Amino acid sequence: MRATISVALLLGKIVTLMFISNDMNVMSSNTLPDFRISPRIDQVGIEERAKKFTTRSIKKETKVEGLKMVLNMIDLTTLEGKDSEGKVKQMCYKARHLHDAYPGLPTVAAVCVYPSMVKLAKQSVGDSGVKVASVSTAFPSGQAPMSVKIDDTRFAVESGADEIDMVISRGKFLAGEYNFVFDEIAAIKEACGEARLKVILETGELVTYDKVRRASDIAMYAGADFIKTSTGKIQPAATMPVTLVMLEAIKDFYYKTGKMIGMKPAGGISKSKLALHYLVMLNETLGADWMNNQWFRFGASSLANDVLMQLVKERSGVYQSADYFSVD
Amino acid sequence: MSKSNKEVPKLKLNQGWNYAPAPESASHVKLKDKYDLFIGGQFVKPTSGKYFDTINPANEEKIAKVAEANTADVDKAVKAARTAYDKVWKKMPPKERGKYIYRIARLIQERAREFAVIESMDGGKPIKEARDVDVPLVANHFFYYAGWADKLQYAFPNRIPQPLGVAGQIIPWNFPLLMAAWKIAPALACGNTVVLKPAETTPLTALKLAELIQESGLPEGVVNIITGFGETGAAIVNHPGIDKIAFTGSTDVGKIIQKAVAGTNKKVTLELGGKAANIIFDDAPIDQAVEGIINGIYFNQGHVCCAGSRLFVQESVYEEVIQKLKDRIETLIVGDPMDKNTDIGAINSRQQLDNINKYLKIGADEGAEMYQSSCNLPGKGFFCKPTIFTNVAQSSRIAQEEIFGPVLTVQTFRTDDEVIEKANNTPFGLSAGVWTDKGSKIFNLTTKMRAGVVWANTYNKFDPTAPFGGYKESGFGREGGLHGLSAYLKV
Repeated sequence: MRATISVALLLGKIVTLMFISNDMNVMSSNTLPDFRISPRIDQVGIEERAKKFTTRSIKKETKVEGLKMVLNMIDLTTLEGKDSEGKVKQMCYKARHLHDAYPGLPTVAAVCVYPSMVKLAKQSVGDSGVKVASVSTAFPSGQAPMSVKIDDTRFAVESGADEIDMVISRGKFLAGEYNFVFDEIAAIKEACGEARLKVILETGELVTYDKVRRASDIAMYAGADFIKTSTGKIQPAATMPVTLVMLEAIKDFYYKTGKMIGMKPAGGISKSKLALHYLVMLNETLGADWMNNQWFRFGASSLANDVLMQLVKERSGVYQSADYFSVD
Repeated sequence: MSKSNKEVPKLKLNQGWNYAPAPESASHVKLKDKYDLFIGGQFVKPTSGKYFDTINPANEEKIAKVAEANTADVDKAVKAARTAYDKVWKKMPPKERGKYIYRIARLIQERAREFAVIESMDGGKPIKEARDVDVPLVANHFFYYAGWADKLQYAFPNRIPQPLGVAGQIIPWNFPLLMAAWKIAPALACGNTVVLKPAETTPLTALKLAELIQESGLPEGVVNIITGFGETGAAIVNHPGIDKIAFTGSTDVGKIIQKAVAGTNKKVTLELGGKAANIIFDDAPIDQAVEGIINGIYFNQGHVCCAGSRLFVQESVYEEVIQKLKDRIETLIVGDPMDKNTDIGAINSRQQLDNINKYLKIGADEGAEMYQSSCNLPGKGFFCKPTIFTNVAQSSRIAQEEIFGPVLTVQTFRTDDEVIEKANNTPFGLSAGVWTDKGSKIFNLTTKMRAGVVWANTYNKFDPTAPFGGYKESGFGREGGLHGLSAYLKV
């Protein structure tokens, strides 16, 4: 299957015709677009639209509801060379017990760690329902041979990862080798087995909105369950306009195939207010079906505490000092 | 998304996370129960002793009583303006004139919030728009023309520009304060004095502006603001002491004005109706184009003379555009204009709502398919759901006549020449929009559109430095920019 798709990409429409005679089912549900002509994005227009979401006024019960939703969508993340077992354990505890002084809070969606920490994280979250996500494919640069990337992914999955956050080969993408990028994603998807695959585009390295859109289309057609903006290691990371471009790509994919794809902005979202702006954008672009952690995540390390602080403030009317919230 | 008969999956865009009311506070707003006429720097009672009510179209409650000016009051106002012109304003060094205008601009900025709230209460527009569009543009307009006051000879090299005298200015109800700024700022900068009449349904921000002008210390009589109905406007137009008429409003009234001033020495500029084409080519950035369509027709409830009310979509992207448009209007929040989340506020008056509903019926009778968002409308006040008509013919009345409401007609086209012909096939010619990724196509279209303003890959963008005005029955003369100066000068 994978090899056939690759040939189709290389030869474009001619081979697509072959699909018709060979396999009508594939043709009807899975016609591949020509990624070179992915929809264009108008920079001024998309930035203007993204800005308008920030003028929505989110108050009172809407705010509390939104903040709890944000907490429940967080992938609590630690991705550092100096990560210790102790840190990962503590973070996993936090994932399940965000702020026990405030009863009734949800857990976060997942913890996100390097493959070597997956086993420990899996043990630590136990049966709490918190998922374990692992970065893979030589995160964050992706500069490794395919065999290494596949081994990396398999190792994480075998260690118990529920979700895999892979990076695309930005160098190949920028060089126009879309087939390579497509095949790589499809191969990792295969290696994921049951684990859900998030594809990190690293939008900060793609630079233009047109390219973000194109990479989103490639990732979705190649089998991504989620598309994700950034590793968090490159600036700029997630921005609202970039996320909007990706949400619109998801919308178009859904219109065409009926298949839902998740979205994960990551990096640079550390304040509740900004997170609520993202939720407004999601709510008004993809709607109610996406407003849960099955289909939307925030990749963030410090967002949770700011949200907790706001929630406590909504309840008590006053801000508590940051020292009342655990730093992990 | 190419053509297919396949069922397109539906997004759930108006269910789930609904926003709690976020009403803008009106406690800081100071409004009197009764407003008199602003003549010669003072508020004076109308000769007739008559007043009329101005109501809030969102709840039909009375806000204030406003004086009705008759011929005698108009005469008083024109005389006050003439005296101020002869004795003070035309003799004043231009740099000093500029200082006054700058002061007005700064005072508007200081009171931006109050003006925005009153504009929303009196006219029905969403507070979001009054706050983010109308009032900032008003201040910018005064700032911009203040700068021209002492540079007129540079605007018209080798000429000695002279003011015209007394300008009679009549403005509409869709952008009450902004239209007052468009009229007053260039007139004053060029050395004229003015008699301005706001529309009868939206007089309050102009009267608040009168208070602000009084406070600014502008010499008495330079700006006179009088309120009333059509007869008051007619008295201004027919007054022999007026040197220039500037009118923004309907084409019907524009024609009456032009007949009235024929054979007189009065100079005229008219900014009238429109029925703009918004053209989407298949290579356009579709999602941004959909935003442009929304902004083009639903901005200010469609009460915009340059609204993009005729949508032309290239047939190969028709289904995609319509699908996205229908989904997008589900997210528009219709309701209380004072709520900070409202996207579409109240229709300005019962009369206008009746007019819009008349066209909805005409559209249905003509066989067009009507689609409206599933939103609920408030029980009180004047409201209309955002509406899209598809299957519309070029000869349909809804595609030919100005509706001035949140009603979009959609037609398809195949070739560039076809759409140019159809877009120009209207008695109006105020504005147009073109959406394509291809620069050459933009330039081809902009040179062939018979319209005063053509926006490319955007819509409803306004700036004091850009001239605005119409072709054909959309009027003549330009407002804004350097062009806006010549409407108030002898050069």
